Amino acid sequence: MNKKNNIAEIQNQTEDFDVEKFRKDFPILHQEINGKPLVYLDNAATTQKPKSVIDAIEKYYQKYNSNIHRGVHTLSENATEAYESARLKVKNFINANSTKEIVFVRGATEAINLVAQSFGRNSLSKEDEIIITELEHHANIVPWQLLSQQTGVKLKYIPINKDGELVEPEYKKLLNEKTRIVAVGHISNALGTINPIENIINMAHEYGAKVLIDGAQATSHTSVDVKKLDCDFYVFSGHKLFGPTGIGVLYGKENLLEEMPPYQGGGDMIKMVTMKETQYNDLPYKFEAGTPNISGVIGLGAAIDYVNKIGLENISVHENALLNYANQKTSEITGLKFIGTAKQKTSILSFTLEGIHPHDVGTILNNEGIAIRTGHHCAMPVMEYFKIPATSRASFSFYNTYKEIDALIEAIEKCKKVFS
Amino acid sequence: MFDIKDLYQEIIVDHNRSPRNFGVIDDADKILEGFNPLCGDKLKLYIKTDGQNINDIAFDGTGCAISIASASLMTDAMKNKSIDEAESLFNEFHALITTEDKFDSEHLGKLTVLAGVKDFPGRVKCASLCWHTLRSALVGDNKPVTTE
Ligand SMILES: Cc1ncc(COP(=O)(O)O)c(C=O)c1O
Repeated sequence: MNKKNNIAEIQNQTEDFDVEKFRKDFPILHQEINGKPLVYLDNAATTQKPKSVIDAIEKYYQKYNSNIHRGVHTLSENATEAYESARLKVKNFINANSTKEIVFVRGATEAINLVAQSFGRNSLSKEDEIIITELEHHANIVPWQLLSQQTGVKLKYIPINKDGELVEPEYKKLLNEKTRIVAVGHISNALGTINPIENIINMAHEYGAKVLIDGAQATSHTSVDVKKLDCDFYVFSGHKLFGPTGIGVLYGKENLLEEMPPYQGGGDMIKMVTMKETQYNDLPYKFEAGTPNISGVIGLGAAIDYVNKIGLENISVHENALLNYANQKTSEITGLKFIGTAKQKTSILSFTLEGIHPHDVGTILNNEGIAIRTGHHCAMPVMEYFKIPATSRASFSFYNTYKEIDALIEAIEKCKKVFS
Repeated sequence: MFDIKDLYQEIIVDHNRSPRNFGVIDDADKILEGFNPLCGDKLKLYIKTDGQNINDIAFDGTGCAISIASASLMTDAMKNKSIDEAESLFNEFHALITTEDKFDSEHLGKLTVLAGVKDFPGRVKCASLCWHTLRSALVGDNKPVTTE
Protein backbone atom coordinates (compact mmCIF):
# COMPACT_ATOMS: atom_id res chain seq x y z
CA MET A 1 0.00 0.00 0.00
CA ASN A 2 1.30 3.40 -0.90
CA LYS A 3 0.72 5.48 2.20
CA LYS A 4 1.55 8.82 0.60
CA ASN A 5 -1.09 8.40 -2.08
CA ASN A 6 -3.56 7.31 0.49
CA ILE A 7 -3.11 10.42 2.57
CA ALA A 8 -3.39 12.67 -0.48
CA GLU A 9 -6.60 10.86 -1.30
CA ILE A 10 -8.01 11.43 2.15
CA GLN A 11 -7.22 15.11 1.94
CA ASN A 12 -8.81 15.37 -1.48
CA GLN A 13 -12.05 13.94 -0.21
CA THR A 14 -12.64 16.91 2.03
CA GLU A 15 -11.14 19.67 -0.03
CA ASP A 16 -14.43 21.48 -0.34
CA PHE A 17 -14.83 21.51 3.43
CA ASP A 18 -13.48 24.95 4.24
CA VAL A 19 -11.97 24.39 7.67
CA GLU A 20 -10.15 27.69 7.73
CA LYS A 21 -13.39 29.54 7.18
CA PHE A 22 -15.09 27.71 10.04
CA ARG A 23 -12.12 28.24 12.33
CA LYS A 24 -12.68 31.97 12.03
CA ASP A 25 -16.01 31.46 13.81
CA PHE A 26 -14.19 30.30 16.96
CA PRO A 27 -12.37 33.18 18.69
CA ILE A 28 -10.64 30.91 21.21
CA LEU A 29 -8.75 28.94 18.58
CA HIS A 30 -6.61 31.90 17.61
CA GLN A 31 -4.15 32.13 20.45
CA GLU A 32 -0.79 30.83 21.54
CA ILE A 33 -0.19 28.48 24.44
CA ASN A 34 3.37 28.27 25.74
CA GLY A 35 4.53 30.20 22.67
CA LYS A 36 2.92 27.76 20.20
CA PRO A 37 -0.38 28.02 18.33
CA LEU A 38 -3.11 26.36 20.34
CA VAL A 39 -4.02 22.91 19.00
CA TYR A 40 -7.24 21.98 20.74
CA LEU A 41 -7.74 18.21 20.66
CA ASP A 42 -9.86 17.78 23.77
CA ASN A 43 -13.23 18.03 22.10
CA ALA A 44 -14.66 14.95 23.79
CA ALA A 45 -14.30 16.76 27.12
CA THR A 46 -15.91 19.92 25.83
CA THR A 47 -16.16 21.66 22.49
CA GLN A 48 -15.32 25.28 21.74
CA LYS A 49 -18.03 27.87 21.16
CA PRO A 50 -18.58 29.78 17.93
CA LYS A 51 -19.00 33.54 18.04
CA SER A 52 -22.71 33.20 17.24
CA VAL A 53 -23.26 31.27 20.49
CA ILE A 54 -21.25 33.74 22.55
CA ASP A 55 -23.14 36.61 20.91
CA ALA A 56 -26.55 35.06 21.56
CA ILE A 57 -25.76 34.75 25.26
CA GLU A 58 -24.37 38.24 25.44
CA LYS A 59 -27.38 39.66 23.63
CA TYR A 60 -29.73 38.03 26.11
CA TYR A 61 -27.93 39.63 29.04
CA GLN A 62 -27.51 42.98 27.30
CA LYS A 63 -30.97 43.34 25.80
CA TYR A 64 -33.64 41.19 27.36
CA ASN A 65 -32.49 39.48 30.55
CA SER A 66 -35.57 38.66 32.60
CA ASN A 67 -37.39 35.70 34.03
CA ILE A 68 -39.56 33.53 31.83
CA HIS A 69 -43.10 32.21 31.91
CA ARG A 70 -44.29 34.71 34.46
CA GLY A 71 -43.86 38.34 33.52
CA VAL A 72 -46.29 40.33 31.42
CA HIS A 73 -43.61 42.80 30.46
CA THR A 74 -41.84 42.91 27.13
CA LEU A 75 -38.46 41.69 28.31
CA SER A 76 -40.01 38.63 29.88
CA GLU A 77 -42.03 37.94 26.78
CA ASN A 78 -38.91 38.16 24.65
CA ALA A 79 -36.97 35.88 26.97
CA THR A 80 -39.80 33.34 27.07
CA GLU A 81 -40.04 33.46 23.31
CA ALA A 82 -36.29 32.84 22.90
CA TYR A 83 -36.33 30.06 25.50
CA GLU A 84 -39.24 28.23 23.93
CA SER A 85 -37.99 28.67 20.40
CA ALA A 86 -34.75 26.97 21.49
CA ARG A 87 -36.86 24.06 22.70
CA LEU A 88 -38.39 23.84 19.26
CA LYS A 89 -34.90 23.82 17.73
CA VAL A 90 -33.90 20.94 19.98
CA LYS A 91 -37.08 19.06 19.12
CA ASN A 92 -36.35 19.39 15.40
CA PHE A 93 -32.67 18.64 15.89
CA ILE A 94 -33.38 15.16 17.27
CA ASN A 95 -36.72 14.77 15.49
CA ALA A 96 -38.89 14.35 18.57
CA ASN A 97 -42.67 14.30 18.22
CA SER A 98 -43.34 17.32 20.34
CA THR A 99 -41.68 19.98 22.46
CA LYS A 100 -43.38 18.34 25.44
CA GLU A 101 -40.74 15.65 25.13
CA ILE A 102 -37.83 18.08 25.48
CA VAL A 103 -36.84 18.75 29.10
CA PHE A 104 -34.02 21.17 29.82
CA VAL A 105 -31.59 19.98 32.49
CA ARG A 106 -28.03 20.76 33.52
CA GLY A 107 -26.44 18.17 31.29
CA ALA A 108 -26.34 14.51 30.40
CA THR A 109 -25.49 13.66 34.00
CA GLU A 110 -28.55 15.33 35.43
CA ALA A 111 -30.77 13.82 32.74
CA ILE A 112 -29.64 10.29 33.62
CA ASN A 113 -30.11 10.95 37.33
CA LEU A 114 -33.58 12.32 36.60
CA VAL A 115 -34.60 9.16 34.75
CA ALA A 116 -33.04 6.88 37.34
CA GLN A 117 -34.82 8.59 40.20
CA SER A 118 -38.13 9.58 38.66
CA PHE A 119 -38.67 6.61 36.39
CA GLY A 120 -36.67 3.98 38.23
CA ARG A 121 -37.06 4.61 41.90
CA ASN A 122 -40.82 4.44 41.92
CA SER A 123 -41.27 1.42 39.76
CA LEU A 124 -38.36 -0.93 40.34
CA SER A 125 -37.65 -3.53 42.99
CA LYS A 126 -35.15 -6.28 43.68
CA GLU A 127 -37.01 -8.53 41.27
CA ASP A 128 -35.99 -6.25 38.40
CA GLU A 129 -32.82 -5.82 36.37
CA ILE A 130 -31.03 -3.00 34.63
CA ILE A 131 -28.47 -3.55 31.89
CA ILE A 132 -25.65 -1.10 31.22
CA THR A 133 -22.23 -1.69 29.66
CA GLU A 134 -18.56 -1.80 30.61
CA LEU A 135 -17.98 1.08 28.18
CA GLU A 136 -20.05 3.62 30.05
CA HIS A 137 -19.01 7.00 31.36
CA HIS A 138 -19.38 7.15 35.15
CA ALA A 139 -22.43 9.37 34.54
CA ASN A 140 -24.20 6.33 33.12
CA ILE A 141 -23.01 3.97 35.86
CA VAL A 142 -23.23 5.69 39.22
CA PRO A 143 -26.89 6.85 38.99
CA TRP A 144 -27.87 3.22 38.36
CA GLN A 145 -25.69 1.98 41.20
CA LEU A 146 -27.42 4.48 43.49
CA LEU A 147 -30.78 3.27 42.25
CA SER A 148 -29.68 -0.28 42.90
CA GLN A 149 -28.79 0.60 46.49
CA GLN A 150 -32.14 2.30 46.94
CA THR A 151 -34.39 -0.31 45.37
CA GLY A 152 -32.37 -3.51 45.24
CA VAL A 153 -32.66 -3.59 41.45
CA LYS A 154 -29.92 -5.75 39.94
CA LEU A 155 -27.31 -4.14 37.71
CA LYS A 156 -25.77 -6.12 34.84
CA TYR A 157 -23.01 -5.11 32.44
CA ILE A 158 -22.62 -5.92 28.75
CA PRO A 159 -18.93 -6.83 28.38
CA ILE A 160 -16.56 -5.43 25.78
CA ASN A 161 -13.97 -7.11 23.56
CA LYS A 162 -10.34 -6.19 22.92
CA ASP A 163 -11.34 -3.70 20.23
CA GLY A 164 -13.54 -1.88 22.71
CA GLU A 165 -16.78 -3.07 21.12
CA LEU A 166 -19.80 -4.39 22.97
CA VAL A 167 -20.12 -8.17 22.79
CA GLU A 168 -23.63 -8.40 21.36
CA PRO A 169 -24.21 -12.13 21.96
CA GLU A 170 -23.55 -11.50 25.65
CA TYR A 171 -26.16 -8.76 25.63
CA LYS A 172 -28.66 -11.27 24.29
CA LYS A 173 -27.89 -13.55 27.23
CA LEU A 174 -28.33 -10.78 29.79
CA LEU A 175 -31.75 -9.80 28.50
CA ASN A 176 -34.84 -11.42 30.00
CA GLU A 177 -38.33 -10.66 31.26
CA LYS A 178 -36.90 -9.03 34.37
CA THR A 179 -34.98 -6.43 32.35
CA ARG A 180 -36.68 -3.11 32.90
CA ILE A 181 -34.10 -0.57 31.75
CA VAL A 182 -31.22 -0.75 29.29
CA ALA A 183 -28.93 2.29 29.48
CA VAL A 184 -26.20 2.53 26.84
CA GLY A 185 -23.91 5.20 25.49
CA HIS A 186 -24.37 6.09 21.84
CA ILE A 187 -20.63 6.73 21.47
CA SER A 188 -17.92 5.90 24.01
CA ASN A 189 -16.05 8.94 25.30
CA ALA A 190 -13.00 6.89 26.27
CA LEU A 191 -12.54 4.95 23.02
CA GLY A 192 -14.81 6.48 20.39
CA THR A 193 -16.71 3.24 19.76
CA ILE A 194 -20.07 3.80 18.07
CA ASN A 195 -22.45 1.31 19.63
CA PRO A 196 -25.08 -0.55 17.61
CA ILE A 197 -27.89 1.22 19.43
CA GLU A 198 -30.61 0.35 16.88
CA ASN A 199 -30.14 -3.35 17.63
CA ILE A 200 -29.80 -2.75 21.34
CA ILE A 201 -33.05 -0.78 21.41
CA ASN A 202 -34.99 -3.29 19.33
CA MET A 203 -33.84 -6.25 21.36
CA ALA A 204 -34.67 -4.53 24.65
CA HIS A 205 -38.13 -3.70 23.39
CA GLU A 206 -38.79 -7.34 22.65
CA TYR A 207 -38.64 -7.85 26.40
CA GLY A 208 -40.61 -4.72 27.17
CA ALA A 209 -37.59 -2.95 28.67
CA LYS A 210 -37.18 0.81 28.32
CA VAL A 211 -33.99 2.16 26.76
CA LEU A 212 -32.00 5.24 27.67
CA ILE A 213 -29.31 6.36 25.24
CA ASP A 214 -26.50 8.54 26.58
CA GLY A 215 -25.82 10.73 23.58
CA ALA A 216 -23.30 13.05 25.25
CA GLN A 217 -20.61 12.13 22.72
CA ALA A 218 -22.87 11.69 19.74
CA THR A 219 -24.77 14.86 18.92
CA SER A 220 -21.73 16.78 17.67
CA HIS A 221 -20.73 14.02 15.25
CA THR A 222 -23.84 12.36 13.91
CA SER A 223 -27.47 13.21 13.37
CA VAL A 224 -29.92 11.70 15.80
CA ASP A 225 -33.49 10.74 15.02
CA VAL A 226 -35.19 9.62 18.21
CA LYS A 227 -38.34 8.64 16.34
CA LYS A 228 -36.47 6.34 14.01
CA LEU A 229 -34.34 4.96 16.84
CA ASP A 230 -37.48 4.47 18.92
CA CYS A 231 -35.44 4.94 22.12
CA ASP A 232 -37.43 5.82 25.22
CA PHE A 233 -34.98 8.39 26.56
CA TYR A 234 -32.10 10.21 24.89
CA VAL A 235 -29.83 12.57 26.82
CA PHE A 236 -27.08 14.99 25.85
CA SER A 237 -25.09 18.02 27.03
CA GLY A 238 -24.98 21.41 25.33
CA HIS A 239 -21.31 22.01 26.02
CA LYS A 240 -20.25 19.06 23.89
CA LEU A 241 -22.30 20.47 21.03
CA PHE A 242 -20.58 23.88 20.76
CA GLY A 243 -23.05 25.32 23.27
CA PRO A 244 -22.56 26.57 26.83
CA THR A 245 -21.93 24.51 29.94
CA GLY A 246 -24.69 23.95 32.48
CA ILE A 247 -27.37 23.11 29.94
CA GLY A 248 -28.46 19.76 28.59
CA VAL A 249 -31.44 17.89 27.28
CA LEU A 250 -33.55 14.98 28.37
CA TYR A 251 -35.71 13.62 25.61
CA GLY A 252 -38.37 11.21 26.81
CA LYS A 253 -41.38 9.68 25.11
CA GLU A 254 -44.41 11.70 26.09
CA ASN A 255 -46.38 8.84 27.62
CA LEU A 256 -43.43 7.89 29.83
CA LEU A 257 -42.73 11.43 31.00
CA GLU A 258 -46.44 11.83 31.64
CA GLU A 259 -46.44 8.89 34.05
CA MET A 260 -43.26 9.88 35.85
CA PRO A 261 -43.47 11.90 39.06
CA PRO A 262 -41.55 15.20 39.27
CA TYR A 263 -37.83 15.03 40.01
CA GLN A 264 -37.65 18.30 41.92
CA GLY A 265 -40.30 20.54 43.37
CA GLY A 266 -40.50 24.31 43.15
CA GLY A 267 -41.71 27.16 41.01
CA ASP A 268 -42.63 26.71 37.36
CA MET A 269 -43.36 23.01 37.74
CA ILE A 270 -46.79 23.56 39.28
CA LYS A 271 -50.25 24.52 38.14
CA MET A 272 -51.64 25.23 41.54
CA VAL A 273 -50.33 24.94 45.05
CA THR A 274 -52.52 24.92 48.13
CA MET A 275 -51.24 24.23 51.60
CA LYS A 276 -52.56 20.71 51.26
CA GLU A 277 -51.43 19.66 47.84
CA THR A 278 -49.97 20.60 44.52
CA GLN A 279 -51.19 20.09 41.02
CA TYR A 280 -48.23 19.58 38.74
CA ASN A 281 -47.70 21.50 35.56
CA ASP A 282 -47.95 19.99 32.09
CA LEU A 283 -44.99 18.57 30.24
CA PRO A 284 -42.23 19.53 29.94
CA TYR A 285 -42.55 22.10 32.74
CA LYS A 286 -43.29 19.43 35.32
CA PHE A 287 -39.58 18.60 35.17
CA GLU A 288 -38.25 22.16 35.09
CA ALA A 289 -38.55 23.35 38.67
CA GLY A 290 -37.18 26.78 39.46
CA THR A 291 -35.70 29.47 37.24
CA PRO A 292 -33.84 27.57 34.56
CA ASN A 293 -30.56 28.31 32.81
CA ILE A 294 -32.18 30.75 30.38
CA SER A 295 -28.99 32.01 28.76
CA GLY A 296 -27.79 28.42 28.48
CA VAL A 297 -30.91 27.38 26.62
CA ILE A 298 -30.62 30.35 24.28
CA GLY A 299 -26.94 29.54 23.71
CA LEU A 300 -27.80 25.92 22.98
CA GLY A 301 -30.38 27.05 20.45
CA ALA A 302 -27.72 29.16 18.73
CA ALA A 303 -25.32 26.20 18.75
CA ILE A 304 -27.90 24.02 17.03
CA ASP A 305 -28.46 26.71 14.41
CA TYR A 306 -24.71 26.80 13.86
CA VAL A 307 -24.37 23.03 13.48
CA ASN A 308 -27.34 22.90 11.13
CA LYS A 309 -25.76 25.55 8.95
CA ILE A 310 -22.63 23.46 8.46
CA GLY A 311 -24.49 20.17 8.38
CA LEU A 312 -23.68 17.10 10.44
CA GLU A 313 -23.17 15.14 7.20
CA ASN A 314 -20.31 17.44 6.19
CA ILE A 315 -18.96 17.47 9.70
CA SER A 316 -18.74 13.71 9.88
CA VAL A 317 -17.07 13.39 6.48
CA HIS A 318 -14.32 15.79 7.55
CA GLU A 319 -13.93 14.21 10.98
CA ASN A 320 -13.68 10.71 9.52
CA ALA A 321 -11.00 11.90 7.16
CA LEU A 322 -9.13 13.44 10.09
CA LEU A 323 -9.41 10.20 12.03
CA ASN A 324 -8.13 8.14 9.10
CA TYR A 325 -5.24 10.50 8.62
CA ALA A 326 -4.39 10.45 12.33
CA ASN A 327 -4.69 6.66 12.42
CA GLN A 328 -2.30 6.23 9.54
CA LYS A 329 0.21 8.72 10.86
CA THR A 330 0.21 7.49 14.43
CA SER A 331 0.40 3.83 13.45
CA GLU A 332 3.88 4.64 12.14
CA ILE A 333 5.03 5.63 15.64
CA THR A 334 6.84 2.78 17.35
CA GLY A 335 5.72 2.11 20.87
CA LEU A 336 2.31 3.67 20.30
CA LYS A 337 -0.62 1.41 20.99
CA PHE A 338 -4.21 2.24 20.13
CA ILE A 339 -6.73 1.60 22.86
CA GLY A 340 -10.07 1.17 21.16
CA THR A 341 -10.00 -0.17 17.63
CA ALA A 342 -13.69 -0.65 16.95
CA LYS A 343 -14.78 -0.93 13.36
CA GLN A 344 -17.40 1.75 13.94
CA LYS A 345 -15.59 4.68 15.50
CA THR A 346 -15.87 8.39 15.84
CA SER A 347 -12.96 10.83 15.82
CA ILE A 348 -11.39 9.84 19.12
CA LEU A 349 -7.85 8.51 19.33
CA SER A 350 -7.02 6.89 22.64
CA PHE A 351 -3.49 5.56 22.96
CA THR A 352 -0.62 4.58 25.20
CA LEU A 353 3.09 5.09 24.60
CA GLU A 354 5.43 2.38 25.73
CA GLY A 355 7.33 3.38 28.87
CA ILE A 356 5.74 6.83 29.07
CA HIS A 357 2.85 7.55 31.38
CA PRO A 358 -0.09 9.42 29.79
CA HIS A 359 0.20 12.15 32.40
CA ASP A 360 3.73 12.91 31.18
CA VAL A 361 2.53 12.84 27.58
CA GLY A 362 -0.13 15.41 28.48
CA THR A 363 2.38 17.75 30.08
CA ILE A 364 4.84 17.54 27.20
CA LEU A 365 2.10 18.06 24.61
CA ASN A 366 0.76 21.03 26.54
CA ASN A 367 4.20 22.54 26.39
CA GLU A 368 3.84 22.34 22.61
CA GLY A 369 0.49 24.12 22.74
CA ILE A 370 -1.48 20.89 22.27
CA ALA A 371 -4.46 20.19 24.52
CA ILE A 372 -5.39 16.54 24.96
CA ARG A 373 -6.97 14.65 27.82
CA THR A 374 -5.03 12.13 29.84
CA GLY A 375 -6.39 9.87 32.55
CA HIS A 376 -9.22 7.40 32.89
CA HIS A 377 -11.77 9.62 31.12
CA CYS A 378 -14.40 8.92 33.78
CA ALA A 379 -14.57 5.38 32.46
CA MET A 380 -12.59 3.39 35.00
CA PRO A 381 -14.21 0.05 34.08
CA VAL A 382 -12.80 0.49 30.55
CA MET A 383 -9.30 1.05 31.96
CA GLU A 384 -9.80 -1.98 34.19
CA TYR A 385 -10.66 -4.09 31.15
CA PHE A 386 -7.51 -3.05 29.29
CA LYS A 387 -5.47 -3.30 32.52
CA ILE A 388 -4.06 0.21 32.18
CA PRO A 389 -4.36 3.09 34.61
CA ALA A 390 -4.94 5.70 31.94
CA THR A 391 -4.67 6.64 28.28
CA SER A 392 -3.86 9.73 26.29
CA ARG A 393 -6.85 10.82 24.27
CA ALA A 394 -6.89 13.15 21.28
CA SER A 395 -10.44 13.92 20.16
CA PHE A 396 -11.09 15.81 16.95
CA SER A 397 -13.81 18.17 15.94
CA PHE A 398 -14.72 19.57 12.53
CA TYR A 399 -12.55 22.66 13.14
CA ASN A 400 -9.38 20.60 13.47
CA THR A 401 -6.93 20.35 10.59
CA TYR A 402 -4.40 17.94 9.12
CA LYS A 403 -1.72 20.39 10.13
CA GLU A 404 -2.80 20.06 13.74
CA ILE A 405 -2.53 16.31 13.52
CA ASP A 406 0.99 16.74 12.16
CA ALA A 407 1.74 18.89 15.21
CA LEU A 408 0.37 16.13 17.43
CA ILE A 409 2.61 13.53 15.77
CA GLU A 410 5.65 15.75 16.13
CA ALA A 411 4.90 16.32 19.81
CA ILE A 412 4.48 12.59 20.44
CA GLU A 413 7.89 12.08 18.89
CA LYS A 414 9.18 14.75 21.24
CA CYS A 415 7.80 12.79 24.22
CA LYS A 416 9.79 9.81 23.10
CA LYS A 417 12.91 11.94 22.80
CA VAL A 418 12.51 13.34 26.31
CA PHE A 419 12.33 9.81 27.68
CA SER A 420 14.93 8.24 25.43
CA MET B 1 7.65 29.56 28.39
CA PHE B 2 9.27 26.63 30.16
CA ASP B 3 11.71 24.23 28.67
CA ILE B 4 10.29 20.78 29.13
CA LYS B 5 13.78 19.60 29.99
CA ASP B 6 13.62 21.67 33.19
CA LEU B 7 10.90 19.34 34.33
CA TYR B 8 12.16 16.09 32.88
CA GLN B 9 15.79 16.31 33.89
CA GLU B 10 18.20 13.46 33.24
CA ILE B 11 18.02 12.29 36.83
CA ILE B 12 14.23 12.14 36.74
CA VAL B 13 14.15 10.24 33.49
CA ASP B 14 16.73 7.85 34.88
CA HIS B 15 14.93 7.26 38.18
CA ASN B 16 11.69 6.71 36.27
CA ARG B 17 13.30 4.14 34.02
CA SER B 18 15.09 2.31 36.82
CA PRO B 19 13.53 3.26 40.12
CA ARG B 20 15.65 2.66 43.23
CA ASN B 21 14.26 0.83 46.24
CA PHE B 22 11.46 -0.57 44.11
CA GLY B 23 9.90 -3.60 45.71
CA VAL B 24 8.49 -5.00 48.89
CA ILE B 25 9.99 -5.17 52.39
CA ASP B 26 8.61 -8.35 53.88
CA ASP B 27 9.07 -7.40 57.52
CA ALA B 28 8.14 -3.75 57.16
CA ASP B 29 6.41 -2.36 60.23
CA LYS B 30 4.59 0.32 58.25
CA ILE B 31 2.90 -0.22 54.91
CA LEU B 32 0.82 2.58 53.49
CA GLU B 33 -0.82 3.35 50.18
CA GLY B 34 -1.03 6.72 48.44
CA PHE B 35 -3.50 7.30 45.63
CA ASN B 36 -4.07 10.10 43.17
CA PRO B 37 -7.57 9.50 41.79
CA LEU B 38 -7.10 12.16 39.16
CA CYS B 39 -4.47 10.27 37.22
CA GLY B 40 -4.66 6.86 38.84
CA ASP B 41 -1.19 6.99 40.38
CA LYS B 42 -0.97 4.38 43.10
CA LEU B 43 2.09 3.95 45.28
CA LYS B 44 2.71 1.76 48.29
CA LEU B 45 5.41 2.55 50.83
CA TYR B 46 7.12 -0.09 52.97
CA ILE B 47 9.00 1.25 55.96
CA LYS B 48 11.05 -0.49 58.59
CA THR B 49 11.71 1.60 61.67
CA ASP B 50 13.03 1.06 65.16
CA GLY B 51 10.63 3.69 66.45
CA GLN B 52 13.13 6.50 65.97
CA ASN B 53 14.95 5.81 62.74
CA ILE B 54 14.10 4.66 59.25
CA ASN B 55 16.19 1.55 58.83
CA ASP B 56 14.84 0.54 55.49
CA ILE B 57 12.32 1.91 53.01
CA ALA B 58 10.96 0.77 49.65
CA PHE B 59 7.99 1.37 47.38
CA ASP B 60 6.07 -0.16 44.53
CA GLY B 61 3.12 0.81 42.37
CA THR B 62 2.38 2.63 39.15
CA GLY B 63 2.50 6.27 38.24
CA CYS B 64 3.81 8.97 35.97
CA ALA B 65 7.51 9.73 35.65
CA ILE B 66 7.32 12.52 38.19
CA SER B 67 5.70 10.42 40.88
CA ILE B 68 7.90 7.38 40.30
CA ALA B 69 11.11 9.44 40.21
CA SER B 70 10.01 11.35 43.28
CA ALA B 71 9.38 8.15 45.23
CA SER B 72 12.67 6.73 44.06
CA LEU B 73 14.60 9.82 45.10
CA MET B 74 12.69 10.15 48.36
CA THR B 75 13.34 6.58 49.45
CA ASP B 76 17.03 7.05 48.63
CA ALA B 77 17.13 10.18 50.75
CA MET B 78 15.25 8.63 53.67
CA LYS B 79 17.46 5.63 54.31
CA ASN B 80 18.93 5.78 57.79
CA LYS B 81 17.33 9.11 58.60
CA SER B 82 15.68 9.71 61.93
CA ILE B 83 11.95 10.33 61.92
CA ASP B 84 12.60 13.92 63.03
CA GLU B 85 14.97 14.44 60.13
CA ALA B 86 12.37 12.96 57.80
CA GLU B 87 9.82 15.46 59.01
CA SER B 88 12.10 18.42 58.44
CA LEU B 89 13.07 17.12 55.01
CA PHE B 90 9.38 16.84 54.20
CA ASN B 91 8.93 20.53 54.99
CA GLU B 92 11.95 21.54 52.98
CA PHE B 93 10.83 19.48 50.01
CA HIS B 94 7.33 20.88 50.18
CA ALA B 95 8.73 24.42 50.04
CA LEU B 96 11.00 23.41 47.17
CA ILE B 97 8.15 22.35 44.91
CA THR B 98 5.56 24.94 45.90
CA THR B 99 7.37 28.20 46.66
CA GLU B 100 10.00 30.43 45.16
CA ASP B 101 11.86 30.48 48.50
CA LYS B 102 15.57 29.85 48.54
CA PHE B 103 16.38 26.26 49.36
CA ASP B 104 19.34 24.51 50.89
CA SER B 105 20.56 22.60 47.88
CA GLU B 106 23.29 20.91 49.84
CA HIS B 107 20.82 19.52 52.34
CA LEU B 108 18.24 18.50 49.74
CA GLY B 109 20.83 16.98 47.43
CA LYS B 110 19.42 15.25 44.37
CA LEU B 111 15.87 16.08 45.44
CA THR B 112 16.39 19.56 43.98
CA VAL B 113 15.90 18.17 40.47
CA LEU B 114 12.19 18.17 41.27
CA ALA B 115 12.13 21.96 41.79
CA GLY B 116 10.90 22.28 38.17
CA VAL B 117 7.42 21.02 39.02
CA LYS B 118 6.47 24.33 40.59
CA ASP B 119 6.21 25.75 37.07
CA PHE B 120 3.71 22.98 36.24
CA PRO B 121 1.01 23.41 38.91
CA GLY B 122 -0.91 20.37 37.67
CA ARG B 123 2.06 18.18 38.48
CA VAL B 124 2.87 19.23 42.04
CA LYS B 125 0.61 16.49 43.37
CA CYS B 126 2.55 13.90 41.41
CA ALA B 127 5.79 14.87 43.11
CA SER B 128 4.28 15.15 46.56
CA LEU B 129 2.15 12.00 46.65
CA CYS B 130 4.88 9.75 48.08
CA TRP B 131 5.89 12.41 50.57
CA HIS B 132 2.41 12.82 51.96
CA THR B 133 2.17 9.08 52.21
CA LEU B 134 5.46 8.91 54.09
CA ARG B 135 4.40 11.58 56.49
CA SER B 136 1.09 9.93 57.19
CA ALA B 137 2.90 6.65 57.86
CA LEU B 138 5.48 8.18 60.18
CA VAL B 139 3.81 10.94 62.13
CA GLY B 140 0.21 11.02 60.91
CA ASP B 141 -2.74 8.78 61.36
CA ASN B 142 -1.35 6.06 59.11
CA LYS B 143 -4.45 6.29 56.92
CA PRO B 144 -4.18 5.75 53.15
CA VAL B 145 -3.46 9.04 51.45
CA THR B 146 -5.36 10.47 48.53
CA THR B 147 -4.53 13.72 46.81
CA GLU B 148 -8.15 14.74 46.25
C1 LIG C 1 -20.42 9.51 27.28
C2 LIG C 1 -20.64 10.58 28.27
N1 LIG C 1 -21.71 10.52 29.08
C3 LIG C 1 -21.97 11.47 29.98
C4 LIG C 1 -21.13 12.54 30.16
C5 LIG C 1 -21.44 13.55 31.21
O1 LIG C 1 -21.73 14.77 30.63
P1 LIG C 1 -21.89 16.07 31.54
O2 LIG C 1 -20.69 16.11 32.42
O3 LIG C 1 -21.95 17.18 30.56
O4 LIG C 1 -23.17 15.90 32.30
C6 LIG C 1 -19.99 12.64 29.37
C7 LIG C 1 -19.04 13.75 29.57
O5 LIG C 1 -17.84 13.60 29.58
C8 LIG C 1 -19.75 11.65 28.40
O6 LIG C 1 -18.68 11.71 27.62
